This record gives sequence, C-alpha cells and structure tokens, in this order.
Amino acid sequence: MLLAIENLTIRYPSRFGDFTAVDDASLHLDRGEVLGIVGESGAGKSTIGNAIMGLLQAPGKMVGGSIIFDGQRLDLLSKKELISLRGKKVGMIFQDPMTSLNPLETIEAQLLETVLLHSDLSKADAKLRALELLSEVGISAPAERIKQFPHEFSGGMRQRVVIALVLAGNPDLIIADEPTTALDVSIQATILKLIRTLCHHKNVGVILVTHDMAVIAETTDRVAVMHRGKIVETDNTKSLIASPKHAYTKALISAVPPSNRRIDRFTHVDFAKDRHDRKSIDLKSHWVGKEVYEPAAEKELLKVQNLTKVFNARSSIFSPKRESTLAVDNVTFSILDGETYGIVGESGSGKSTIARLISGIHKPTDGSVLFDGLDLLNGIKSVQDKKKKRKIQMIFQDPYSSLNGRMRVEQIISEPLLLGGFEGSKAELQQLVYDLLFLVELESGAASKYPHAFSGGQRQRISIARALASRPKFLICDEPTSALDVSIQAQILNLLRDLQQRLNLTYLFISHDLPVMRQVCDRIAVMKNGSLVEECPAEEIFTSPQHSYTKDLIRLMPKFER
Amino acid sequence: MELSLFQYLIRRALQSGVVLLVTGLIAFSMFRFVGDPVENMMGQERTDADIELLREKLGLNDPFFIQYWNFLADAAQGDLGISFRQGRPVVEVLIERLPATIELASVSAFLAIIVGITLGVYVAIKPFGWITNTVLTVSLIGVSLPTFLIGIMLIYLFAVELSWLPSFGRGETVQIGWWSTGLLTVSGIKAIILPAVTLGLYQMTMIMRLVRSEMSEVLNSDFIRFARSRGLPEQKINFRHALKNTLVPVITVTGLQLGSIIAFAIITETVFQWPGLGLLFIDSVQFVDIPIMASYLMFISLMFVSINLIVDILYVMIDPRLRIGEAS
Amino acid sequence: MIEGWREFVRSNFIYSFSRAPVAIGSFVIASSLILFAIAAPFISPYTPYDPATLNLMNGFSAPLAPNAFTGDVFIFGSDDQGRDILSTILFGMRISLFVGFSAVFLAMILGVALGLVAAMAGGVIDAIIMRVADIQLSFPSILIAMLIYGIAKGITPPEMRNEVAIWVLILSIGLSDWVQFARVVRGSAMVELQKEYVEAAKLIGVNRVAIAFRHIFPNVVPSVLVIATISLALAIISEATLSFLGVGAPPTQPSLGTLIRIGQGFLFSGEWWIIFFPSLALLLLALSVNLLGDWLRNTLNPNVGIK
Repeated sequence: MLLAIENLTIRYPSRFGDFTAVDDASLHLDRGEVLGIVGESGAGKSTIGNAIMGLLQAPGKMVGGSIIFDGQRLDLLSKKELISLRGKKVGMIFQDPMTSLNPLETIEAQLLETVLLHSDLSKADAKLRALELLSEVGISAPAERIKQFPHEFSGGMRQRVVIALVLAGNPDLIIADEPTTALDVSIQATILKLIRTLCHHKNVGVILVTHDMAVIAETTDRVAVMHRGKIVETDNTKSLIASPKHAYTKALISAVPPSNRRIDRFTHVDFAKDRHDRKSIDLKSHWVGKEVYEPAAEKELLKVQNLTKVFNARSSIFSPKRESTLAVDNVTFSILDGETYGIVGESGSGKSTIARLISGIHKPTDGSVLFDGLDLLNGIKSVQDKKKKRKIQMIFQDPYSSLNGRMRVEQIISEPLLLGGFEGSKAELQQLVYDLLFLVELESGAASKYPHAFSGGQRQRISIARALASRPKFLICDEPTSALDVSIQAQILNLLRDLQQRLNLTYLFISHDLPVMRQVCDRIAVMKNGSLVEECPAEEIFTSPQHSYTKDLIRLMPKFER
Repeated sequence: MELSLFQYLIRRALQSGVVLLVTGLIAFSMFRFVGDPVENMMGQERTDADIELLREKLGLNDPFFIQYWNFLADAAQGDLGISFRQGRPVVEVLIERLPATIELASVSAFLAIIVGITLGVYVAIKPFGWITNTVLTVSLIGVSLPTFLIGIMLIYLFAVELSWLPSFGRGETVQIGWWSTGLLTVSGIKAIILPAVTLGLYQMTMIMRLVRSEMSEVLNSDFIRFARSRGLPEQKINFRHALKNTLVPVITVTGLQLGSIIAFAIITETVFQWPGLGLLFIDSVQFVDIPIMASYLMFISLMFVSINLIVDILYVMIDPRLRIGEAS
Repeated sequence: MIEGWREFVRSNFIYSFSRAPVAIGSFVIASSLILFAIAAPFISPYTPYDPATLNLMNGFSAPLAPNAFTGDVFIFGSDDQGRDILSTILFGMRISLFVGFSAVFLAMILGVALGLVAAMAGGVIDAIIMRVADIQLSFPSILIAMLIYGIAKGITPPEMRNEVAIWVLILSIGLSDWVQFARVVRGSAMVELQKEYVEAAKLIGVNRVAIAFRHIFPNVVPSVLVIATISLALAIISEATLSFLGVGAPPTQPSLGTLIRIGQGFLFSGEWWIIFFPSLALLLLALSVNLLGDWLRNTLNPNVGIK
C-alpha cells in the first residue's frame, strides 16, 4: 500500500464560521495504479492533493485523520522533513501550464536545478539526464529546445516539461491536479495517455484529480467520487460507471453527455441546489410570447457568405510592423429557422470570432451576413431595422463577467425591456421581470439581489432571462456551459431545450465539447484555423466523419459511453 | 532580432527627442512670454528707442518659429542666456552648481536602493513578526511625513542637540577639473549624511513597499508553488526564483523614481542650504529669473529622458519574453 | 434605498472596517481634525489674523504658562507677533484642507474624464492622452507645481499676488495630480470594456454614452475612491512643502506649511513650540488620511497600488 488516507478532515476558518473542505475522507492507492478523484467545483478534491504535499493554502488546517505514505505519517512530519520528501517521493502536476514555469529561466536551468537537487550526479551527467527526461515526455529535438524559455513553448509542450520536472526526482507518488483542463481536447488525449503510460511503466502511484467523467473513464483504474467534502463512493472505474450505487454518483453520471448517442433530456441531478418547480405561464397571451411564430420550414434565417476577418495586432513591442491574423477565412453557411446549428472547433479556430461578427461586436473584413433578409453590415438604418437586429441575442461563456456586478438583477433584466419600447406602469414592468425569472426557473426574490449573490449556473439563467427580455428569434450560445459543473450544465441544456420548444427559438451553439454538441445540435459545422472544413447533420459527424480533421477530433474525443 | 532591437531603440530615441522638443517649447515660451524680458533686463532709465533697439538685437521682432529655432540652436551650443539675477551666463551657473546636486542625488539613490530592497525582501519573506511590523509602521510614517519636516527633525536631533553633524552646507570640497567634490574630505562626508538620508527616505520607503508588494505577489504565484512541490529549499525559492522575478518590474519603476530624486533635491537643498541646482531653482522662482527656470526645466527633462531610455534598455535585456516573440 | 443601505452595513466593507482598529482610529482622527478645521472661526480661542486683537507683548509666550506681561494663557504658546499658536493651527489646517480637497477634486474631475474618454474612444485620442500623461509623469509633481507658480507669479501684477496665491496653489497641485486618476480610470475602464456584459449591453441596444455612464463608470468608482484618498494625503503634503519653500500659501493666509517655515527660524533660539505644534498637526493629518487610504486600498481592490 503506497498511500493510505484515513478519516481526513480539513477545515477553513472564515467569517461565517468554519468551512469543512474535506469531511472524514478515506482512500488508498497502490503502486502502478491510477486513482481518480472526481467531483464538481468545491467538492474538496484539490484540497486532498494539497494536504498530501503539505501545501494547503492558508488558512486551511488539517483537523483530523491521518495520511500514511509508504509507512510514514506525512501529517506528523516537520516542515524540513516534508521538504525533503517533496519531489523525491511525492510530486505534483499543476493545472495551468502557462504559469507553472519560471518565465525568466531556460528549461535547461530549471531541469538541472531539480535533477541536481534529488541526485548525486555531476553537472555533465545531470545535463544528460535532463535530455533523457525531455525525450521521455515526448518533446522532439530536445537538445535544441532545452535552451529555450518557457514562453517559446505551447501549452501542451509546457505541460510535458512540467511532467519532466516532476519525474526528475523519481517520485513514487504523483498527484495530477486537473492536468489537462486548460488544454485543447486533442492535446488532452496525448497528455493523459502519457501520464497513464508513465504510471504503469515506472510503477508509480498516480492520483488524478478532475471534474471530467470522460477523463476518468479513459485514464483511471479506480475512482473516488467526492461531493461537498465527503467521499460518497469508491470503486474500480468500469464498475462505477456501469452500475453506480450512491445517489449522487448516479446523478453525476446521468448528467454527463454521452459521446456515443443522443438522449432527449438529461434526467435531473437531484443533488443540485438549483432545483425549482416550474410555474406555468400561458405564453400565448403573455408579452414574451406575443412575437413568437411558427418556424417556417426550410427558411434560411441566417445567411453567412464569404465571411472573412483579419486582425491586425502588434506581435511584440519591437516591431512597428503589424502582424495580421486570419481569424475567419471565407466562411459560408446558413442556419434554418427553428434549428440548432452547432459550430465546433478548438481554441483559435475562429468560432467565437464568427459569433462576434454576427452579433456586430467585430466588423468583418469581407463577406456578408443576412438575417431574415436584413443586411446586418450595411442595412441597419430605420427603427424597424434596429428592432429586427435586436432579435439576435447572445449567451456568453463566462458567467462572472457577463453580468454587470453593480446592477441589481431587476435592473439588468428591465434594461432591455425598456429599450424594447415597453410602455406600462412600474408594477407591470416588475411583474414582467418576475415572469422572466420564472421562465428561467429562478425565484422572484432574485430580482432585488446583486449578481455576486448567485452561483455560476444561476448567473447563466439570469443571462438567459436578459436575452429573452428582448424577445429574440435567434440566440447565439457561445460556450454557454463550458464554465459550469457538469450537473449544472445538464440543467442549463435542459432549460435551453425547453425554451426553444416553447418560444420557437433558433440557436447557434458554439462549443469545443463534442459530446455536448451531440445532444443539442441538429447540424454541426467543424472549424479549423478559421476555415469551415465540414458541415453535416449532427449524427453523421459522429458516425461517418469525412474530413481528416473531423476524424481526428472524433478519435481524440474523451469517450464516455452509456 | 538584432535588427528589431535596433529599430526599437531608434523609435524610443525619436520619442525622447519629441519630449525634449516639447519641453524646449515650454521653456522657450517662458523665456519670451512670461513677463517682458526686455523690461527685466534694462534698468529704470530707458527710452522707448533703447527698448526698440534691444528688441531688434534680441530678435524679438522675428516670427515665432525663427525665434524658437534660434533658441534651440543656441541651447545646443551651450548658450542658455544670461541669468536675470546674477548677470552671469546661465551655463556657467548651472555647471557650478551641478556637482553638489549630482553627488547628493547619487548617495541618496544608493542608500534608498540598498536599504529599500533589503527591507522589502525581508518583509515579504517574513510577513509576521515584530521587526516586520516595526518596519511597516515606520515606513507608513515615512510616507506621511513631508521631506522638509524630516530634514528639520534630523537637523534638530543631530546638529543642534547632539552636535554630531553639521546643519547646513557642503563642508570642504576638493576641486577636480570643473567638478567640485565633497566626498574626499571628512567634513564633506559628514555634511552629506543628513541631506542624503532626508532625500533618500521617501524613495527608500517607496522602493521597500514596491519590492514587498511585488515579491509577495510572486511568492504566491503558481510557479513558486510548483517549485515548492519539487522540494526546492525555501532559501533557493526566495532568492533565486522569487527575487529575480520581483526585480524585473521593480527596476522599471525604481529607475523612473530615481530620476525624480534630482528634482526632489529642491526641498532638501532648501532645508540644508545645500548649494546645488535645487536651491538655485527655488531662488530663481522667487525672483522670477526666467532663464534659470527654463534652463533647469530643460536640464531635468534631459536627465529624465536619458534615465527612461536606460531603464527601457535594461528592462529589455533582463526579461527574455521581450527579446524573443511569444510562441503560439 | 433602505435595502441598499442595509446591504452596505452588512457588507464585507463595514465588517473589515469594524475589525481594523487602525482604520477606525485614523477615521476618527481625520474626521475630528476636519471638523475642527471647519469650525475654526467658532472654536478658536483667539483671532490671530485680526490685527486689532494682537498684542506684541504677548509674543513668545510659552505653552500653558501665563504671559509675564498680559497674563493671557496660550495653550500651545504664541509666536513672535503674539498670535496664539493653537488658533493659527486651526486656521492653518483650514487652508491646508481647503487646498487639499479642492486640488484633489480638480485632479479627479480632469483625470476621470480624460481616463474615460481615452478608454472608450481608443485609437489616436487614447494615444495622445496617454502620451501627455507619460510625459507629465516623468516630471515630479512638485516641479510642475513650482513651474505653474513661477509662471503665474510672472504674469500677475504684484498687488494681486497674495490673493491669487491660494488659487494658483490649487491649480498647480490639481494639474500635476490628474495623471494618476486618468491612468487608473483608463485601466479599470479597459478591463470592464473587455467584459461580456458590455457586449450584451450593445446587443440589447444601449448606446455608447449610456454604456459609459450606466455600466462602466459605477465599476470604476472603487478604484477612484482609493486614489482619491491617497491623493488627498499627497496633496496635503505637497501643499505643505510648497508653502514651506515659500511658493505656496502666503503669510497673510498661512497654511500649516507656512507656519512651519515661520517657526523654523525660531527653532534654534529656543522657542520650539512655534514649529513643534504645527508640525505635529501636519503629521497627524497626513498620517491619518494616509492610513485610511492604505486600508481602503487593501480592502477594496488589492490591485490598485503603489505603481
């Protein structure tokens, strides 16, 4: 038994009383196996990792239980003894590769320092070992690259360097804290494979902390599920996914979008706080429903032709020359009335830029955008035109910056109502705000609060209510659930589906997450480096992809099948 | 890459040139338009004909830009006019007073940097403890006390009560070429201590607080956490990793602040009657001696621009991210 | 309104304030001093600037000791002209605070306006404003203030100089201080402009002016408050320095700095109280405002800082 944690309890004292981050948690790990710790945000999974290393963020304190590593009580060691164990026996991979390395030193310097610290090698031998490590983690041309600085490496490459640094001390236990969350899906697969291979070949124990069930399914041997500080279930991975026992585990698994089929609706995650009984509003007579009409079959609601966008930016403070980036390259597509059209791509593919070109935040360099016959780039002149333009609304990715923190929810939602020409009394306006809140499953009491009183999922609901207040026809959803926990994501996706049916909305759904898109989209377009490389009905993308890039994406997509 | 660095320097040099020209313009406007220079130069007995003659001679009837050009040309050659008050060429006066201020500023800057950085690092590494609390409290008082008050207090304590150090003047100076130095005599060194401490105290406090804030931030950053998790000892983390990353932004701000020491010397020189450029400037403001005022302005501008340029170059040399472009 | 007030009282802001003795202490001291200064004409025991009430025989009276000639008692002593030091301090604080607040107000209006314009207009306008700010920033404010003083002195006829002095002082400190506000506001505004709620507002149909005032400005206010408090302390010190150097408040309307200048002459001859008490008052004032500003900065926004 490499690691045994018994009844671990960790508390953070705060203004409102003590917060128990980890509550009576027990787990164990053997050499050569990958144990996953999965949970949503705030579950306490990273805290366990930090506690093992002795790197708990102040003012957290371990108040009960024990951590036994290789026969030694880690929690009873002095600071000095702990320092001597770090790197040599226990290592940790952090989440964000962009900030894990010292920006001012070369990779060589950083590697040498760690290698020399944990071994008795001469400087020359240490240099060789450093090169060895870089090859082990899959960095090509190590002799050249070792002389470079961190900012000359891409995100995935930097994470490999991080892994090399962790391996430099030959630890027996490696804790990987969300090691691929900040990376693109295609890079994610290779890094996870690397971790798993190293684990089995070197016979080290790996604890993989993540929120992503698909990562758990592909990479771990056993898994512990955490919820609000408690470990609710531990099992070997295949069994857990096939037949979960605890209610939370069942709920969590049911919320994960399966990558192998399309389901109608996510069955509710009962443990979540956001549950609400829906009040019914008769939409036919309600103000919100007044402008809803049946979708016209086969009508092109949005038509994008030859859309191109070039960004001019200075690359560094040196060059007076401007470097141009081709963000969107001659893209053409149409979206039909009433459908959900998806655009999938990795970071830098141009998908978000397209959203902003349609919404008008950026002006295209070339091409045209027609919305219900209206030329969005040139034709917005009359009041009627502006009214039509407001039928396009957007939901954003970051729930924390998409609401003005200094405005009450009531103000946030009434602003578009008033701008849309609402003429009624103050009481009527307020009732309308309450109704909109009901539509997105929030209580009327929410209206008088400020955004900071709400969770991420609730904020997204407020954003949706704000968008609905303009009585839109077309809703651009730009990664609306990427920043949310998987159970909240399921709820929001359910909500969006319901709203679409009741209000006959058309969606443009943008994401990098293919399993999610399989659940919500009718057609999907794939973007790479600004170009649209493939477009077809949703299921076909998964069952018979044509373009090589699409095939790669499907192949590297983390599989979670049920 | 060499070419880009060169291009960058050229651009900065051009920008600096613009700044100098603008300052020159302001200085020139002061010369010509604040008060009537002719009035200032002539005595009570003068006729209108005399005034007109002098006007013509000084070129005051020429169009604006010709006057400006002449002004710049003269300045470049070292002719900055004649001091209204002293009747001597401005350049002569400036050169005479320059060494006193430069020496004072240098000693202050040196003290401020050494003490400031040391204390800042200490306070960042050990955020709790009585030494830290004392240092922080004293620093807060240091920022709230006006420089002149500090000077007066020091004079009272060390010069009047204890009689250890002189309360005014430079002491004995030694002449080396056109430079007069006070650092080679005992009385000169004694004389420079109190003014240097007074002048440097504010800078020292600012540097300390800056170092502390930067270093604390660095110590909480991800790459330091990762370094800790690799088992690197605290000593190494503090001095090799954290300090280097702290100094990079500190250098920029500090460099700019140090430039302002030369200007802040005005106050210290007044309190200690130190015969430098600062005292000269104050006198010139009191007596509306425009040529001195304007020339001082240009001198300060030149100093600032040079220091800015040097700081920029240093910054680029130290931070590799600026030398080489970012990877995708 | 009431809901808002209740929320404020329960908020983190008040919580940390009530737990920081330093903050409470400096707030109490600063407000007391300000109140005293405002009430100076009513509470000062003597009228030091009314020549009719002055008695030269009262000169150089020591603190608390009854004067040998007249028997008048001066709590902090009297100066060479027989003026009560306590009274001069009260009136002096008045001038110091008046100049301080006015200068900061001027700098704030100018700086916030230019900062917002720079952030929202972008492009050339932004570049110009920032260039000017950079250039001005390379000169210490004292120097700029002195220059403005010098120029003003040069163009004002001698008879008017004393009257105009206070306004010139306000102008010079204010004009040298706007850059801080502009920079912080611009930085803060640019951060806000990147946020998605601004995009949402544009989509809803809010026009640019409304975005600036209804959305951006309220989010910029906390940073402005921090800078304002720190600026006030700096303004008070700057004013004292300028007055001490003789290029600030005139002897007819002396501020604390002027009083110190006057007192310096008597330090070595033993009448320490003429310089001591005004210095103490200045120290208390600057220190309490500074501490308040420091605490405010740490609470509201750890990023607004020393730079």
